[in-house]
Amino acid sequence: MTEATPVELMTIAGSRLLRDGRVVFAGVGAPLEASVLAKRLHAPSLTIVLEGGSIGPRMLPGRLPVSTNEMRAAHDAFMLTSINDLFLYGQRGHYDYGFIGAGQLDQYGNVNTSYIGDPDHPKVRLPGSGGANDIVSSCREVMIMTRHEPRRFVERVDFITSPGYLTGPEARRSAGLTRNLPVAVVTDLALLGFDEDTGRLRLDALQPGVSQEHVQANTGFELLISETIAELPPPTEQELNELRWLRDGNRSQTPETREVTRAP
Amino acid sequence: MSGAADKRSSLAEAAALVHDGDTVVAGGCCYSRTPWAMLLELLRAERHELTLARNLMCYEAELFLASGAAAKLVSSWVGIGLRWGIPKVFREYVERDPSIYEEWSHLSFGMRLMAASMGMPFLPTASLLGSDLLERTPAQHIRCPFTDELLVAVPALVPDVALIHVQTADAAGNAQIEGPPYMDVEYARAAKTVIVTAEEIVPAEAIVRTADRTVIPGFVVDAVVEVPFGSYPHECHGRYEADFDHFDAYTELVTRDGVDGVQAYLRENVHALDGFSAFLDSVGASRLLEQRRRARELVAA
Repeated sequence: MTEATPVELMTIAGSRLLRDGRVVFAGVGAPLEASVLAKRLHAPSLTIVLEGGSIGPRMLPGRLPVSTNEMRAAHDAFMLTSINDLFLYGQRGHYDYGFIGAGQLDQYGNVNTSYIGDPDHPKVRLPGSGGANDIVSSCREVMIMTRHEPRRFVERVDFITSPGYLTGPEARRSAGLTRNLPVAVVTDLALLGFDEDTGRLRLDALQPGVSQEHVQANTGFELLISETIAELPPPTEQELNELRWLRDGNRSQTPETREVTRAP
Repeated sequence: MSGAADKRSSLAEAAALVHDGDTVVAGGCCYSRTPWAMLLELLRAERHELTLARNLMCYEAELFLASGAAAKLVSSWVGIGLRWGIPKVFREYVERDPSIYEEWSHLSFGMRLMAASMGMPFLPTASLLGSDLLERTPAQHIRCPFTDELLVAVPALVPDVALIHVQTADAAGNAQIEGPPYMDVEYARAAKTVIVTAEEIVPAEAIVRTADRTVIPGFVVDAVVEVPFGSYPHECHGRYEADFDHFDAYTELVTRDGVDGVQAYLRENVHALDGFSAFLDSVGASRLLEQRRRARELVAA
């Protein structure tokens, strides 16, 4: 078994956060893979819901969906409903977890997937919110998964596509965001939580072998540090095998020939 | 339109229902059940100054911008999918003039169409609160008159025309969708004019026998066109899978040549060909049947 890639580390750490019997609204890519993995290993009664209207799908290994509205995302679902319906179950409060990726995020967990630079004279136009804004506005516990790089972890995002704590708990409340909270950011280096008094990101646990200094050096702002920093257990062979099988659908492929998948 | 009339049309006749300057909403979602044949027909007819609206937009966004067919896009996300990267030509256009793109979240976009489908001028939502999207759209803060809760009001979006692709419809436009309906039912209710393209036009009796699957009633529909493989190279649930090789080729062309690449794509796939069936001929039966086989692996017939 080859060592876990950064994306695999992050995905496996994310999957462990999902508890059985809950409902997770997962974004495409690593959050979806983490959800499928959790369902296969420790949360068989986890219900996955996907933006395209798919409730409770089970993925075909090797044919994970590229987009959350395609046939592969609907495979073996127990309900296929309209997109508005799908989101409105969330607005009604039926989704325990909202799990999204992020292009750029800041120390309050605000996510930008719209513009790099001044929105009136943008340097880069990104693909946009899709359902991310809706997920973070309604799902009870919001979790974000992203590679840990300084260009992604910035002090202030250029544009708030999907709000976290804005500038703190009071700002969040007065903006009307009273239904839910951001709770975790999972990366290939660490597991971060939010300080409830300030709404700022806090280092809670390190990926195996990663130092606190290394995490800080890859973060574009000063992280709060938990009083007790844990080290996350390394991926088990079962977790790695299962995740790799989900991705390539091939049980027999040797680790040496396996292509390392880039971050989604 | 009245319920029982025969509304069968050609793609060209249906395209004549779309006028320069119209707001056109396209059904499906990203590369799924897209009314691709109808979109190409509008490009062939060289419509101009359209506002193209769609919940998640695939590379039709770039075809409509680069051809001059659309002056403005309204959506919540534009791209083919993460593995094809940020769409280069869309980027170029919006970075030059951000006002050509109106960005919503997925649900807030959907609520605009839902409001219109209900005959209401707006709907409240908990989306967009606290975000910078709020300031850049016509959405407004609103207080609930009963609980004083702070919410967002989104204005109804009443499209001039909705383009919807379905699996089956009858000649009167009664339409049935297999797989997720996305926002198509809201689009069909909301729009002033509705064009339905269908994989198959079936006898009215076939619709009557399965009336619980009918999601769009004929009385909202103005034209019905039978177009097998009408979403190709996008997918149609249960019928054929999306052709990722086609997306790869498009992306390669546009990554290399930018807007010129889009123009070349349009020349080759639209203007040099005599209609959508000629486009399918250029793809070839073996490739289409392979996409059909792959769909059957995912959705039991």
